[in-house]
Amino acid sequence: MNLDAFWIILTGSLVAICCSLLGCFLILRRMAMVGDAISHAVLPGIVLAFLFSGSREVWTMLIGAAALGVACTFLIEFLHKKARVQSDASIGVTFTWLFALGIILISVYAGKVDLDQDCVLYGEIAYVPLDIWLTEAGQNLGPRTVWLMGGVLLVIVGFVTVFYRQLYLTSFDPAFAVAIGISTSVWYYLLMGAVSLTTVAAFESVGAILVVAFLVGPPATAYLLTDDLKRMLIISAALGIVASILGFYLAVWLNGSVAGAISVIIGLEFLLAFVLSPSHGLVSRNRKLSKVAGV
Amino acid sequence: MNTLWEFLSMQDANVRFVTIGSVLLAASSAVVGCFTVLRKRALVGDAVAHAVLPGVCLAFILTGEKNPIVLLIGSFLTGWLSLIVIDVITAKSRIKEDTAIGLVLSVFFGIGVLLLTSIQHSGNENQSGLDKFLFGSAAALVGQDLYTFGAVAVLLLLSVVLLYKEFKLISFDIAYARTIGLQVRRLELLLTTLTVLAVVVGIQSVGVVLMSAMLITPAAAARFWTDRLDAMVIIAAVMSAVCGAAGAFVSFTAPAMPTGPWIVMLLSMLAIISFTLAPNKGLLSRYLSQRRVRRQMMRENILKTLFHLGETTGEYQHSYSKKQILERRQLPLLKMQAELQTLSRQGLIVKSKQGWALTEGGKKEAQRVVRLHRLWELYLTQYLQVASDHVHEDAESIEHVLTPELEKRLEELLDYPTTDPHHTKIPQSS
Repeated sequence: MNLDAFWIILTGSLVAICCSLLGCFLILRRMAMVGDAISHAVLPGIVLAFLFSGSREVWTMLIGAAALGVACTFLIEFLHKKARVQSDASIGVTFTWLFALGIILISVYAGKVDLDQDCVLYGEIAYVPLDIWLTEAGQNLGPRTVWLMGGVLLVIVGFVTVFYRQLYLTSFDPAFAVAIGISTSVWYYLLMGAVSLTTVAAFESVGAILVVAFLVGPPATAYLLTDDLKRMLIISAALGIVASILGFYLAVWLNGSVAGAISVIIGLEFLLAFVLSPSHGLVSRNRKLSKVAGV
Repeated sequence: MNTLWEFLSMQDANVRFVTIGSVLLAASSAVVGCFTVLRKRALVGDAVAHAVLPGVCLAFILTGEKNPIVLLIGSFLTGWLSLIVIDVITAKSRIKEDTAIGLVLSVFFGIGVLLLTSIQHSGNENQSGLDKFLFGSAAALVGQDLYTFGAVAVLLLLSVVLLYKEFKLISFDIAYARTIGLQVRRLELLLTTLTVLAVVVGIQSVGVVLMSAMLITPAAAARFWTDRLDAMVIIAAVMSAVCGAAGAFVSFTAPAMPTGPWIVMLLSMLAIISFTLAPNKGLLSRYLSQRRVRRQMMRENILKTLFHLGETTGEYQHSYSKKQILERRQLPLLKMQAELQTLSRQGLIVKSKQGWALTEGGKKEAQRVVRLHRLWELYLTQYLQVASDHVHEDAESIEHVLTPELEKRLEELLDYPTTDPHHTKIPQSS
């Protein structure tokens, strides 16, 4: 394995771990599509940050996008709870609106913004090794993205381990959580903040679609393999890493997009679990059903 | 004004194509969208829109050319397949629908991106422009597209008109639809097919992400104006058609402006206006009616307190100061002042030097509320076996909403009682 391959796989794995950990809580709360919504809604944030700062500095973009990501979750929650829009419709209305706003902003400032939808939606993980972080002294510290995602990984792992109990309770038993004084809405917004942060940080390097795939795929697969949340978190992180490795080589073989190939592997992983999972797979389900019918 | 006239006259063939195309597309997807939203499947449009890509690529790989019909068939097939996969996953495993949608969406799109990039890197000269399918461009509509749009729009509208009753049933009451022997499976499949058709055709002009807005946003907005399905469908279609034309107009006046995003932008604005201002269901009207109810409750509570005060002495028309009322019952002082004024304007209480007193009419009204409170307490203890010291809180809120009919039924049920669970007299209606 050459160095470039190593960096690409490492970046994929870092994103995979962050997304799969958060994704577990999202799918348990039936909010899988919120990840998709955030990843599209950050577009105007990126454009605005770019317009205000005039630079493509990573940090301004991160702040702009994260602000819009959180605003998007506020808006979804507001439309659903206060205006009583049906929950899936409130997600759909919100993110498409923000996305349309982003595209309009890009067209208005077409001359000044060096952004296009392709770069935002696709992201190209294959370019990770090209953006090297050089110190003043000229020392090569490796790709920038690896440092960025490494930092985000620390934040996310810290968040999930330190506040495991709060996240667990507000996902599974909100009534009990409230009774013992844990605010469900505070933890909802903290979780959404974490999702926004991850989405935004991962955006430039891997693209929206792979973020969504990592957020939903490995957790869903792990959900078919275990009933224990801690195990589910570990399994889904592992599945994400495996998908990054296999996906990279699939992409090399087919000479195609790495992000696309990783999504394909995530799909295959799910398919395998869907059919063969010992507890919840199609095969064991059918066997159980025929047993019941036989008796 | 001149530009508007120039636009409306539609002399320019290009303007004509874009405008008519946008209107047809927007209106027909709004109609189909109403049913998807009502069936709580608003986001499947998003999944279909993403699942179109692998179909386009496969069709290209198999035929080696960019024949629009072939590409359409390809995208239709994978779009359709994605919905079937979502159904299978939710039916055959513990995975919930939203997770299945997210999974299918990203995996199908991933397959599409992999195929697309693979084609692009293969050096096939013919491939350029395939990715236009993804982001769409309404401004590039040509006469030929219009025929496709028109045909599809007519097909969609016709199916909805012909099968209106059936679609209505499976959207609202699927169990009933089954019992009266409707082919629910087949109808669902047909609706799915129509949704896919709308998405596949629309995607070329507005792009993947915005296509789901064309389905969801008008339906969600129209839902706030009416409870009737036929009205909802018409409102959604009209809103969409107007926004479609307006979007085309915007990009006519400012050619750098993309039509699709503007249509969605205008639709979203209309939706947000609907969420806030629609009568009955809108945010504002619900806020106002809640405030009305709260004030009504406060007035009734004041009357009740005066009645309770009088009950101890038997002199109901006695005057009490605000302080005495507040001792008996905690009320927000500032708001109470306003309600006292209203009550006296309604002639239910009168002001004297010593304070406020019930009038004859006020006493009657107070009696009614107290009666309802005590009847409800009695009902809870007798029929729901609630302990008598736990019933007050509940009665406190229900007393304001019991209708005269319910009052009558309560009395009959409790056999015209005279005392409540705390052995206080229940005032009789005169």
